[in-house]
Amino acid sequence: MKTQIDPNKYEKVFEKTDGLKNVKTHYCPGCGHGVVHRITMEIVKELDIQHKTIGIAPVGCSVFAYYYMNVDMQQAAHGRACAVATGIKRMLPDHYVFTYQGDGDLAAIGTAETIHACSRGENITIIFINNAIYGMTGGQMAPTTILGQKSSTSPEGRNPQRDGMPINMSEIVALLPGTVYVERVAVNKPGRVRKAKKAILKGFKAQALKKGTSFIEVVSNCNTNWKMTPVEANKWIDDVLLKQYPLGVFKDETGL
Amino acid sequence: MAKQKGMVVIDTENCKGCGLCIANCPTNTLGFSENFNANGYHYSEMKQDTCIACQSCALVCPDVVITVYRLKKEKTV
Ligand SMILES: Cc1ncc(C[n+]2csc(CCOP(=O)(O)OP(=O)(O)O)c2C)c(N)n1
Ligand code: SF4
Ligand code: SF4
Repeated sequence: MKTQIDPNKYEKVFEKTDGLKNVKTHYCPGCGHGVVHRITMEIVKELDIQHKTIGIAPVGCSVFAYYYMNVDMQQAAHGRACAVATGIKRMLPDHYVFTYQGDGDLAAIGTAETIHACSRGENITIIFINNAIYGMTGGQMAPTTILGQKSSTSPEGRNPQRDGMPINMSEIVALLPGTVYVERVAVNKPGRVRKAKKAILKGFKAQALKKGTSFIEVVSNCNTNWKMTPVEANKWIDDVLLKQYPLGVFKDETGL
Repeated sequence: MAKQKGMVVIDTENCKGCGLCIANCPTNTLGFSENFNANGYHYSEMKQDTCIACQSCALVCPDVVITVYRLKKEKTV
């Protein structure tokens, strides 16, 4: 049954952007990837740059981002999104080029590519989805898994003696002179989603300045592999995860 | 008149029943349907006429299946 809305009485204040393709995603119910896809594509529409935006999809749950985002996209080998983005941006400097990567992709197998793209100050926007685990492959420990966090390869919780300490990518890349804007946001509450959108918007605007790399870390959930309900997972972000990953701007030299 | 200022329309066939919209609605407008959609999810639906068109549900919905409407201001005569 379709609800009838009287257009004389009601005005539409929110609807799905056509920056997203009209398909159902394969993501688990409640997964934050869908929210970040939406805000990214809303920004592309609002800036009117859909025709000159190129996204780089990673390996990970968001490998199919190119099925969902209505812009040109290239999928990269695991961890290599920043290297591929570098090549594309250098060939097409007037295009907006962004990578969309998970923490396994960006902070494990792709650490070198990430750090060096930031170090070279490539004029790209890096959207980094930190869900503290390898989602796609079944919930293995990631470099970002926090101390004590259970995963399929740390069933008793991450132990610093055996597994080392979690890695805070935003703090690291903010130290590199090549980055112009670094912020960590989250998408577990409506207000946070609004802030996350502002951060990614600034990241895209920074590309036009050609002053260096913009890096936005989005703390998200993987409720399936955290073995929680979506609501519990989003609460766990507040109660636990953000203690390791404090939100905020780590660097802003955009002048915007 | 009821305090309703808004209205949401949910594309129930594409809802995955994650419950994030329900948990984030400040006015307890939304709840799970007793019915399933074709994918087997108890989809979200309006349970009472208390929507204030704040868009909180739409902002957290990972599947972007919520459209939000706001009651137009009535013209004073
Ligand atoms: C070269 C290579 N090594 C390993 C893998 C296996 N693999 C696929 S996805 C993935 C990790 C994905 O985790 P993350 O980047 O955190 O993304 P998420 O799935 O959590 O969104 C791994 C290790 C692969 N596909 N290719
Ligand atoms: S496994 Fe985790 S990251 Fe992957 S779609 Fe499911 S909730 Fe999202
Ligand atoms: S947030 Fe979206 S997908 Fe989840 S229950 Fe609500 S309408 Fe359905």
